[in-house]
Amino acid sequence: MSVSEQELKEFREEVSAWLKENNPGDPGFLLPESFMEVGTDEQFEYLRDWQSKVYHAGYLGMAWPAEYGGGGKPQVFQDIVTQEMARQRVPFMTNTIGLNWAGPLILSRGTEDEKKKYIKGILSAEDIWCQGFSEPDHGSDLGNAQTRAVRDGDDYIISGSKIWTSLGTYARYMILLARTSTDGPNKYAGLSFFLSPMKVEGVDPVPIKKLTSEYGFCQTYFNDARIPGTCIMGKEGEGWQIAMETLMYERGATGGQAGGLAAMDLNINDVLELAKRSTRNGKPALEDPLIRDRMVQFLIEAKGNALMIPRTRITALNSERPMAVAMSGKLRGTELKRRFCQFALSLQAANGGRFVGPQAIDGGKWQRSYFNSFSATIGGGTSQVQRNIVGERVLGLPKS
Amino acid sequence: MLLDTAMDFCSTHSPVTSVRTRIEEESDFSDDLWRQVIDLGWTAIIIPESYAGLGLSMTDLVPIVESMGRNLMTTPLVSSTLAAHALIEGGSEEQKNTWLPRIAQGAIATIALAEAEGSWNLKQLTSFGTRTNGKVQLSGSKNLVENAAAADVILISINLEGEPVLALIEKSLIPDGALTREIIIDETRRAYQLDLDGIIIDESMLLASCCLKQIEYATLLLLCAEMAGGHAAVLNVIVEYLNTRKQFDRYIGSYQALKHPTVQILIDMEASRSHLYHAATIWNTATEDELEIALRMAKAHASESFAHAGDRAVQFHGGFGFTYECDAQLFLRRALWCQYQFGDEKYHRQLLAPLLLD
Repeated sequence: MSVSEQELKEFREEVSAWLKENNPGDPGFLLPESFMEVGTDEQFEYLRDWQSKVYHAGYLGMAWPAEYGGGGKPQVFQDIVTQEMARQRVPFMTNTIGLNWAGPLILSRGTEDEKKKYIKGILSAEDIWCQGFSEPDHGSDLGNAQTRAVRDGDDYIISGSKIWTSLGTYARYMILLARTSTDGPNKYAGLSFFLSPMKVEGVDPVPIKKLTSEYGFCQTYFNDARIPGTCIMGKEGEGWQIAMETLMYERGATGGQAGGLAAMDLNINDVLELAKRSTRNGKPALEDPLIRDRMVQFLIEAKGNALMIPRTRITALNSERPMAVAMSGKLRGTELKRRFCQFALSLQAANGGRFVGPQAIDGGKWQRSYFNSFSATIGGGTSQVQRNIVGERVLGLPKS
Repeated sequence: MLLDTAMDFCSTHSPVTSVRTRIEEESDFSDDLWRQVIDLGWTAIIIPESYAGLGLSMTDLVPIVESMGRNLMTTPLVSSTLAAHALIEGGSEEQKNTWLPRIAQGAIATIALAEAEGSWNLKQLTSFGTRTNGKVQLSGSKNLVENAAAADVILISINLEGEPVLALIEKSLIPDGALTREIIIDETRRAYQLDLDGIIIDESMLLASCCLKQIEYATLLLLCAEMAGGHAAVLNVIVEYLNTRKQFDRYIGSYQALKHPTVQILIDMEASRSHLYHAATIWNTATEDELEIALRMAKAHASESFAHAGDRAVQFHGGFGFTYECDAQLFLRRALWCQYQFGDEKYHRQLLAPLLLD
């Protein structure tokens, strides 16, 4: 289906106007930057209502099939909505795991029943989804998951525990990787994948208090929780393959996500904007030569990172070590954010010592973002592990 | 592709053994090598077709200069190209007609902008010209003039009645003893002091416009290309040693104290390349502010990170790194030269600040 430029232009204007009109605005408390940081009921309710409103206005899941609750339109419409949401900096869509990982997975390989059962609730935020992959003793070593799923009649009995379950207490469903067998040819062969209910006896998500002093994710305990056998996706033993497909959606390596703004990440221009309204010794902070120099350094680094992305599209520009740019992306991006948040605190003079509350600059979001930035420099493989990976796989250095 | 040709040519003709042999010679390039560079058409790249050139862009020099930098190859190609660029931007029709076809065919030209103080402000000039009867009498001196001894013509900047201007000096006008070789940190290059006292040029040798900014931009682009190549090469020198040298029964590359900073050198190199390719991509189309930002960001980043890579290369080679025999020093010296020509990282960041912050 081809769409005229004129139609798209009009659609963009329509969306832009709708967002301006319906932006839920300042809630009077500090919003999280992403679904991983939702820590209080008031934050959650505010975000769930907003997603529901966007969906019912027809601006979410626009390219998903209409028979399951999507919009049935070309992807380009959803992309325009997502761009406008980012531009107007409205709050993000909180059911991220459902919208961007579980949803496309179900649409891609789910049964007709699964699509009918799950897709609409994902879009409307009625059914919140969480993810059960990592375990306390197996952070990055996903294939070694030890949570057990034992067949018992028509059911499975789940035991073990999963960690870093964002939205765990609010979730109705979890995408769960569990072990149905221990005697396969390798550790991956015994894994199976479940679309598992959370509100059943024996599933106990316990919130974990973070270094920010907030709650944002859980350790989820399974104490012989009984779930219906129909919850398995695919067949026993296909879990690793399905988990890998899920990670493709998670990392954005494959399309099919519902769209909508996924996070309200602070970026280097926000730091610059903060610098412009900060003062030092009664004068604008940007008159201080040291602050100016540091700010320019950050802008150069951020620009360098941004420029890496278009470069990877041209093979000749990456011929010598073709994976260098892609494999260092997480390391570069997350470490930069951690450091520029530190710098943002230093712009606040003595107020850098405040924390989330009404007297803190910007409500304390910089302090909170600095602390939360460690989730990205640690999660998904620490920066130190990343340096080993790049050193060994890209530079060919010997293993440590 | 130009890049493949350039990579092949430079690695074939400039192995590190011949780089070291060249250091001992008076000239930093052989006539034979220069002949081949001319035959490849590289000296004609930026010269318009109407002046017997190829009519390509400055950005087409980028892969060539990057390859030269990677192999520490030295030729007058960059000097000649920059002088040609100045003539294209600021020369009279007669000057262009006289010099551009000759440069395209391999006549060597160079630019002489620096002075004894080493200021990066190209308009701050203490060499002078005084007009008398259609002639200009020169005084003072220019410094760190690359390839001056080999040059058929040198383009200089002078203060003429309070204004910076550019002028051409033909080789025949340079008296014996006016060129003195300078001792510079990068031993692969040749740079000279040019004493102007007593040299008198015709007024027709003055350029119509003083295109210092255009010369600066082109120089920054090509310096960044040279640095990107050098950075890639010194990274390879480090990786090679980390993969072959053993201490305490282990390859030293297995130690994270060496591995992790080497990864940072890789990341910095990729960022230098990204800034360079971006500046090259927008060279012909960007607004002046965009291009200035791109070039100064590229030079600031490359200056700092290539010099750091050279510094770490010496350190990571241990005792061997302290010797002249270790190639790390060749790259450290190259990096320091490039860092301090046309502005180091702090200088460019200072010029970027008003463009980015205010």
